[in-house]
Amino acid sequence: MSLYQGIFKRDMHIAFNQKAELVQPLMFLLMVVTLFPLGVSPSPDTLQRIGPGVIWIAAILSSLMAMERLFRDDFQDGSLEQYMLSGLALPAVSAVKVAAHWLVSFVPLLLLSPLLAMFLNLTVDMYIALVLTLLLGTPLLSLIGAIAVGLTVGLQKGGVLLALLLIPVFIPLLIFATSAVDSAALQLPYHAQLAIIAAMLLLAAALAPFAIAYSLKVSQN
Amino acid sequence: MLEACGLTCSKRDRTLFEGLSLVVNTGELLYLRGPNGAGKTSLLRILTGLSTPESGAVLYNGMDIAEDKTGYYRDLFYLGHKSGTNGSLSALDNLSFWLAQHSTLVQENVLYDVLAKVGLVGLEDVPVRYLSAGQQRRVALSRLWLKPAKVWVLDEPFTALDVKGVHLLETSMKEHVSRGGLIITTSHQPLSETAGEHRVFDLEYRF
Amino acid sequence: MWKWLHPYAKTERAYQLCLTLQPWFWAGALLCLSVGTVWGLAFAPQDYQQGDSFRIIYIHVPSAILSMGTYVAMAIAALVGMVWQWRTAYMSMIAMAPIGAVMTFIALFTGAAWGKPMWGAWWVWDARLTSELILLFLYMGVIALYGAFEDKQQAGKAAGVMALVGVVNIPIIHYSVEWWNTLHQGATISKFDNPSIAPEMLWPLLISLLGFAFFIGAVTTVRLRNEIVLREMHRPWVQALAISQLASKQQVNHSVKGGN
Repeated sequence: MSLYQGIFKRDMHIAFNQKAELVQPLMFLLMVVTLFPLGVSPSPDTLQRIGPGVIWIAAILSSLMAMERLFRDDFQDGSLEQYMLSGLALPAVSAVKVAAHWLVSFVPLLLLSPLLAMFLNLTVDMYIALVLTLLLGTPLLSLIGAIAVGLTVGLQKGGVLLALLLIPVFIPLLIFATSAVDSAALQLPYHAQLAIIAAMLLLAAALAPFAIAYSLKVSQN
Repeated sequence: MLEACGLTCSKRDRTLFEGLSLVVNTGELLYLRGPNGAGKTSLLRILTGLSTPESGAVLYNGMDIAEDKTGYYRDLFYLGHKSGTNGSLSALDNLSFWLAQHSTLVQENVLYDVLAKVGLVGLEDVPVRYLSAGQQRRVALSRLWLKPAKVWVLDEPFTALDVKGVHLLETSMKEHVSRGGLIITTSHQPLSETAGEHRVFDLEYRF
Repeated sequence: MWKWLHPYAKTERAYQLCLTLQPWFWAGALLCLSVGTVWGLAFAPQDYQQGDSFRIIYIHVPSAILSMGTYVAMAIAALVGMVWQWRTAYMSMIAMAPIGAVMTFIALFTGAAWGKPMWGAWWVWDARLTSELILLFLYMGVIALYGAFEDKQQAGKAAGVMALVGVVNIPIIHYSVEWWNTLHQGATISKFDNPSIAPEMLWPLLISLLGFAFFIGAVTTVRLRNEIVLREMHRPWVQALAISQLASKQQVNHSVKGGN
């Protein structure tokens, strides 16, 4: 158990040394959300109508930026090789790294969410639904995203390619998450949507670590 | 004992070597020689299990490493072109995290002693990216004295090292072999007498 | 049980198989497509509601079905490559990918063209069209990822992972888009789902479907042959093949010159 705690601690240490890099995706998120009142309309009704979609789309886009750092440094400096030679199970190592990455990348997003909700005039009910969808959905983004990050980690210009690979795969999550918040706006129950997102999360939690380990091995070649 | 049986490797659709077989016994130092692009790094990576060959198997003490890696990895230390250290962490942090992952318990004063041995006194707490290339290589190599590994697979370990560093490494290699260890290494400079007796294996460039 | 398939792991045998199958696929494609298209576009009865504009289903439906089918075939090829490490499996996967993408594009184009007379708009966010569009993105992702790697064996493995991730996601995307569509749908009912179809309309549809399938098979065999030759250029059998083809071309040139 303590072996994997060591990996977690190391990733946290490194993350705190890279604070500037962590803040940038959040700034991006904030700016993208700001674009919508400016580009569409600042009318409170319009913003409330498009709000859930805007926040989730911005979250997906900023997570694509944040995801690249998941394996990049370890691949380039050879730490990933050493992990693969350590006798630790690579799926477990991947799962721990994804967990550390989620804490560092998405918990700040959750902390920022009240501000975003306020910018887009979301009601309290909508905000509660939003937080629930973010809590269930962002780990899903990290887990599935990590598979594609593992595949592109050795490539020179992996950034946009990562987005091309992942956006279609994130569409179901986007649909169910925004629908949940929309239902909350109409005072309708949204357990079904949350349940589906939770089901996708469980499936990903079970299978993604193995896919991520395989992707990393492919990149090592 | 490390054995390679009929290894075939291709990179970018070019066959680097085919049906390569090789045996290295304990107490032996194998010097892998060949021009650039001959496939030395690929061979070493296959021997450590980081790459899978197109065909063939690697056996450690008779067991196929593709089937059971844990025993092999307990005894293995590999150092490739990459240092395996994170630039933002200090040498001490890098080494303690690495040792924890490789299930080796080492006291902190031992870490300091080893870092002193490789000539990094006073630089233990500095983020590794502020060290020179040669110093970073020494941090990477210091693991040789920290993990009690029987098998050393070293890909061009002398890169960036100064004369003293080369001498230190070659002396350790000789000691390791005399204690019954097994070393496979490559280098563009021939090994000097300080490294002791060694066998040469030539890998040719295939067109 | 699958022992008969094992020889085709060797690129030479796979190449020979492509050579054998190619003429049959082209013949089948030509026959079925000409019969199916002519029957469907000219001779099948008019739809009582849509008149003649529905005839585009003879192109739209086969291309839509096969766009999905080709993706699944790609995923199966990727799985075979991953489990048994066959080079030919990854080569088949990338041979199929662009033709599957083209099928998806045809489905989208004909679907939009069908939409114009029905709803008056060139594009509507109908469930089927949206799913097809997302499928096109999945294809483009696999093709782009393959192209980004220099080592094509590594590229095959990476693209294979994405193909498998995509194939697991296709049912999820399908159902979520359908559900999303019911949320935002107005009174328009999708005419794409037409469960009850008269037999006079069904036969040309099936023949067209078969024709498209043969066509995909034919193009895939051509692409697979090209991929094999490109990747295995260094092998003696490829070089012997090239020399013999060059020699037979020279013979033809000589006989032409000699005749004059």
